[in-house]
Amino acid sequence: MNKVMSNKLFITLYIAPALLLVIVLVFIPLLLSGYYGLMEWDGIGDRTFIGLENYIAGIQDADFWSSAYHSFLLAVFSTLSLAIYLAVSFILASKIKGADLLRKIYLVPMLLSSVAIAQLWVKIYNPTNGILNTLLMNLGIERPPAWLANPDIVLFAIFIPILWQYAGFYILIYYAALKNIPESLIEAARIDGASPIQIALRIKLPLIKEVVSVTIVLAIVGSLKYFDLIWVMTGGGPNGASEVMASYMYKLAFVSYNFGYGSAIGFLLLIITLIATYIVRKLTATRDRIEY
Amino acid sequence: MNRIGYFLLYVCLAAVALFQILPLIWLFLFSLKDNREIFAGSPFALPEQFRWENYAKVWDGGIGVYFFNSVWVTGAAIVLTVLFASMATFAITRMRWKLSGFVLGLFMVGLMIPIHSALIPLYSMFVSVNLIDNPLSLVITYTAYNLPITMMVLLGFYYTLPREVEEAAVIDGCSINRMFFQIILPMTAPVMATVVVINMIYNWNEYVFVNTFISSEEYKTLTVGIQNFIGQYMTDWGAIGATLIISVLPVIIAFIFFSNKVVEGISSSAVKG
Repeated sequence: MNKVMSNKLFITLYIAPALLLVIVLVFIPLLLSGYYGLMEWDGIGDRTFIGLENYIAGIQDADFWSSAYHSFLLAVFSTLSLAIYLAVSFILASKIKGADLLRKIYLVPMLLSSVAIAQLWVKIYNPTNGILNTLLMNLGIERPPAWLANPDIVLFAIFIPILWQYAGFYILIYYAALKNIPESLIEAARIDGASPIQIALRIKLPLIKEVVSVTIVLAIVGSLKYFDLIWVMTGGGPNGASEVMASYMYKLAFVSYNFGYGSAIGFLLLIITLIATYIVRKLTATRDRIEY
Repeated sequence: MNRIGYFLLYVCLAAVALFQILPLIWLFLFSLKDNREIFAGSPFALPEQFRWENYAKVWDGGIGVYFFNSVWVTGAAIVLTVLFASMATFAITRMRWKLSGFVLGLFMVGLMIPIHSALIPLYSMFVSVNLIDNPLSLVITYTAYNLPITMMVLLGFYYTLPREVEEAAVIDGCSINRMFFQIILPMTAPVMATVVVINMIYNWNEYVFVNTFISSEEYKTLTVGIQNFIGQYMTDWGAIGATLIISVLPVIIAFIFFSNKVVEGISSSAVKG
């Protein structure tokens, strides 16, 4: 048995296709991105080695930091919205009839492509004919804002469809975690006279701390990577007001053909994401594993 | 809990449900109207007459090409991803070798990668091997980038398979290949359904790789193709609505049939993280 199951040839054969694909198409490009960042390169001609110039330029680039700041704001929004999702999940998990159907309804936006979501919300936000301003005007607001054209509110306007897209996803995760809590624990607290709110905050929340910390990592890392929706809705505009790190990098490379600098920014995006992941994991790490 | 309390909870949940679903209902309704009705009528009024010609117009406009590109790229990538991920998960969880933990760690690192960091080198790699503007570049890229999440969902299931299965197979003189393809793989059918649906959603909706690697109309998939369409129909809202509905319909239909699988996949992929 052991001899058969540790046959080197078969192990290699079974692991090779997946491992090769991931190494060649994920890991090597990531390393190359750091290497190309050291080059002056327009994507077509020769590469000229220029040392750390691109990285130094990147660190001093106000446009890059402005895009990083927008990404950071989206990460803050996303993390705060987890509280809303948590609240909905608590309600959903409190023996509500039809909870299964509801969580499936919540999930529907998650199935759609970011492109379709972006196009739909561009229509929703349309200043004169969009459903949002139609409603606002019916409520008697005479001059509702031009949501996507106003640099002061464009980020907030973009965040609403993000909230909409991911709500079902996070609610589903929290709901699954809450359903995992043994009924006996809750029953004991109830007998001791704890109120539903106390039970939620003092007993259930600590019990699902690990899942919450995973979702915080997901929300933050996900925010640092946002691209599709923003690219289609605003292209980073108006005037850079909704530029995020990924869209800034994409423009540098595939709009202005500055492949060297774009690679450097892409590599900085990787570094920032990894550091953020590490910090969030450290901050939210649960020292004591909960067993129940 | 008293009845008023429960009623309030339901009101909350119903409000969230409305927020999640109303934009889509509005989209479906205006895909069946003409501009006059959309701009002058009430947003949630039923169409005076169901203008299916919006859909006919869009289909005749050539959205079918994008649609079938999406179908085959999505399908090919699903087959490769699920096969390779199953093989690798089998090797990591069921076979015995020193580096299995390390290799698993490598795959799991792939879960945290911002794809944009790899985009420029990927693009130049495909240029140098002549795969730019070739759907194959999409199929292998989708496969590579979905392997980690697919393996993560498969892992839990493979760990729970009883060892006796393999022991019996080995005693019967079964080769590893027969054991995997004829015994193990069929046993993982439930979790395979889950990863197939999840991969379908990811691949069907992917945008950046298509936008970067593909330039010919004949190879574009729906996500990028509908952009052109919407540009063309600039002011024809009914046609834009029909375009969007056509692009999201297959995933919605899949969800109606396999919603439990999607729910399972999403819960297991995140909660174990």
